[in-house]
Amino acid sequence: MNAIVGHGASVHIEACAKTFADGTLALAPATLDIARGETLVLLGPSGCGKTTMLRIIAGLEQPDAGGRVLFDGVDITAVPIEQRNVGMVFQSYALFPNMSVAENIGYGLKIRGVARAERAARVAELVALTNITGLEDRRIDQLSGGQRQRVALARAVAIRPGILLLDEPLTALDAALRDRLRGELNRLLRSLGITTIYVTHDQAEAMELGDRIVVMRKGAIVQIGTPREIYFKPQSRFVAEFVGAANIVEAPVADGRLMLPGGVLPLAEGDTHPAAVAMIRPETIAIVAAEGAALTGTIDSISFIGDRQRVIVGGASDKPLTIDAPNTVAVTIGDRVGLSVAPDAIRLLPEHD
Amino acid sequence: MRDRLIFTAQLLFTLLVAAFLVVPVVLSISAGVTVNYFRGISSGVTLQWVFQVFDLYADTILLSFLIAFATLAVTLLVGVPAAYALHVRGGLLSRIVEEIITLPLAIPGLAIALALLISYGGFGGFRRSWLFILVGHVVFTMPFMVRSVMAVFSTIDIKTLDEGAASLGAPPWRRFLDIIVPNAMPGILAGALMVVTLSLGEFNLTWMLHTPLTKTLPVGLADSYASMRLEVASAYTLIFFIMIVPLLVAMQFFADRGQKA
Repeated sequence: MNAIVGHGASVHIEACAKTFADGTLALAPATLDIARGETLVLLGPSGCGKTTMLRIIAGLEQPDAGGRVLFDGVDITAVPIEQRNVGMVFQSYALFPNMSVAENIGYGLKIRGVARAERAARVAELVALTNITGLEDRRIDQLSGGQRQRVALARAVAIRPGILLLDEPLTALDAALRDRLRGELNRLLRSLGITTIYVTHDQAEAMELGDRIVVMRKGAIVQIGTPREIYFKPQSRFVAEFVGAANIVEAPVADGRLMLPGGVLPLAEGDTHPAAVAMIRPETIAIVAAEGAALTGTIDSISFIGDRQRVIVGGASDKPLTIDAPNTVAVTIGDRVGLSVAPDAIRLLPEHD
Repeated sequence: MRDRLIFTAQLLFTLLVAAFLVVPVVLSISAGVTVNYFRGISSGVTLQWVFQVFDLYADTILLSFLIAFATLAVTLLVGVPAAYALHVRGGLLSRIVEEIITLPLAIPGLAIALALLISYGGFGGFRRSWLFILVGHVVFTMPFMVRSVMAVFSTIDIKTLDEGAASLGAPPWRRFLDIIVPNAMPGILAGALMVVTLSLGEFNLTWMLHTPLTKTLPVGLADSYASMRLEVASAYTLIFFIMIVPLLVAMQFFADRGQKA
């Protein structure tokens, strides 16, 4: 695979902020390190500053004074994008309508003065890698959305970039295709081993693709961690609710136990806080027999989803609890059931974000 | 039955309107090849007036084409990059510049010519050369080029295409030639068609700016109507017609092909 990749560069972003001309702060001063070969996902709702950060790394936006961007330790803040050797996949793909698929993929090589024969060989290599064999002579408007996405990726990778930047590359596609391409993209990025920065608002994409995830909100980084850390150990209510489904429970604490209307839940650490905001993931709550259970409630509704069933239980907590139960558990609306949660599945959160 | 009646009435009306517009063209052209217009076509058909026009006004025809294509060259070299810059930059300043470029459409050609004469009439060599007329034509036709190119830019997200090319390592001039110009081609061709047509037919600006040695075709036409036999002026119209129609058809053909490509 070394023939496909250039060497990945490490990225260091230091105190990069961005204020737009109208005075809005798109990005609060952010500092971030991305290791060579790592895939980092910038995740957040629209307007959180993730695209601005990507564009600063790309060189399409300049950070406010004081901000610096370093590739492999070299300050490239003032270097324009065309000299940064980055590969970029745009949300709209930005494929050139006046060129064929092969010409699009080979354009960056042509700019670099690569000889025609070598260029053709490299294009063929990428066409094979991205599964678009047979489309080389097509015009861009003759391609489907998924094919365009592959061409955009092939074009970005063709130049052996130090860093690959992807701005919501799957957002323009329909759901089924998105799921399939996500898997393909994951395998491809792993095999390339290139430093990758991937922007998305889709937490499933972030989980599958990222070595680390940077969760952003309102122009600021709120948490950085591996997908598991982000999912199981969110540091704020926002992260807990943005990444996956979460029950947020507000209750007093006594003797290391969460005191709920329908009973108690023991906490892992002997927390002496008088009250807590806690997160419990739906799949960590088990439905058990009501007799002898520490926490009980009544089933309000059941949605059969196929691979699991989503059960809403009232009366147990201050708000109805959402539970993802195995599809084999027999339950009926109105049943009184017991609930059990492993202590380490209860994550205490700061009361205010 | 009733439908047929309505259809016939509509057809008749259309034909009448068409005839109203076409008859003057036919009469004017036929006058150009008639021996004596007042005695009618029965006086005989001749090309003598056409040859006379060539003798007297051949230089105006040449100058008109020279100015038209020079105007085209200037509007292409200045207008296309200007449209690109205005589109990519955006914002209030760009809007203001765009409005200023468009202003000559609203100002009478005579006023523009007067302003040019007051400002630069003192530079004798420049004043006497055809370049003086060229300046007027460029001012007058520039908005058509800039606007039609900008119209295309607003439909194809040129900014992202430009960023895409930049990310692949292309410096600004390469991006302009490889990406911007080819993708703006439909607008450039449509703009070029407008510029050449308007420049060839432009009268009131040119009339103010011309000297006896820098007459264009429309100015010569006015001159011949004022001072020559009607047959000569009509022959002149005929020549104008014969030269400009194939040109326009050819340019339209290329513009259509550009649109499809």
